[in-house]
Amino acid sequence: MSTNDTWTVAGRTFSSRLIVGTGKYKDYQTNADAARAAGAEIVTVAVRRVNLTDPSQPLLMDFVKPDEFTYLPNTAGCFTGEEAVRTLRLAREAGGWSLVKLEVLSDPKTLYPDMEETLRALKLLVAEGFDVMVYCTDDLVYCRKLEEAGAAAIMPLGAPIGSGLGIQNKVNLRLIVEQTTVPVLVDAGVGTASDATVGMELGCDGILMNTAIAEAKDPILMASAMKHAVIAGREAYLAGRMPRRLYADPSSPLAGLI
Amino acid sequence: MQIQLNGESRVLEGVDTIAGLIAHLGLDGRKVAVERNLEIVPKSTYAEAPVMDGDRIEIVTFIGGG
Repeated sequence: MSTNDTWTVAGRTFSSRLIVGTGKYKDYQTNADAARAAGAEIVTVAVRRVNLTDPSQPLLMDFVKPDEFTYLPNTAGCFTGEEAVRTLRLAREAGGWSLVKLEVLSDPKTLYPDMEETLRALKLLVAEGFDVMVYCTDDLVYCRKLEEAGAAAIMPLGAPIGSGLGIQNKVNLRLIVEQTTVPVLVDAGVGTASDATVGMELGCDGILMNTAIAEAKDPILMASAMKHAVIAGREAYLAGRMPRRLYADPSSPLAGLI
Repeated sequence: MQIQLNGESRVLEGVDTIAGLIAHLGLDGRKVAVERNLEIVPKSTYAEAPVMDGDRIEIVTFIGGG
């Protein structure tokens, strides 16, 4: 594949189509090593109160460095548009980034996005000049509304966050890819390398994952596997797969048989 | 004076600016963001931005997340 197979979100161009999270790792060093093994250029991060009782605790920024990775601050834990806006204003001041990930969740058991509130929050953020990559359900209608409201990227779930179940609705994902003009990334649900490949074969621009790498027995090796899986899926998509047939079609010619 | 800092009440003496508060807490101002009474305090104004009795201040940083 040519080396110029890049993708662009909100005017920023990237080569790696794998975005990794920075949660659930045993320590920040493993996190940084995994992000490098994944070949990631973007990492998601959360915004939280500083540790005032022990300011000498290690900081994410000292290991997963903002000059090595593009930080994508998220709104994890926010349940309303106002909370999301407040969180991302702080993120923008902390790091100066306008590229953000919006997630407005509802039910704590499924962590399903509240799409009505997500759309409302997106409008608030767009009005404040943020470039918003939006975590969403694989609902075609809401995905279209998000794009119309100015989302910088549409990021439907493959399955619930942290479930590792793989892509549950390939039909919806493909329909979303076909109707959307901004980048589409699978965000959440990937469990193993083949899940990432499936998402890319469907024509997604990238995959965002956290738990599949962080909770692997060997996170660094899984990060490497995911890197290859995303590249494999992308190349297969670009190459164009053969048609499916119900019956066999011999690979060796029948002509010239003795 | 007494302020609410990250949701907890705290008594402070000899601190009158955000820059002073950050130093008092032993934090690195480049790695945090500060909100005072629900308003963002721009980094460039830490040296002058006041801390006053009754303020509600949040200081945040980035941690791991998905």
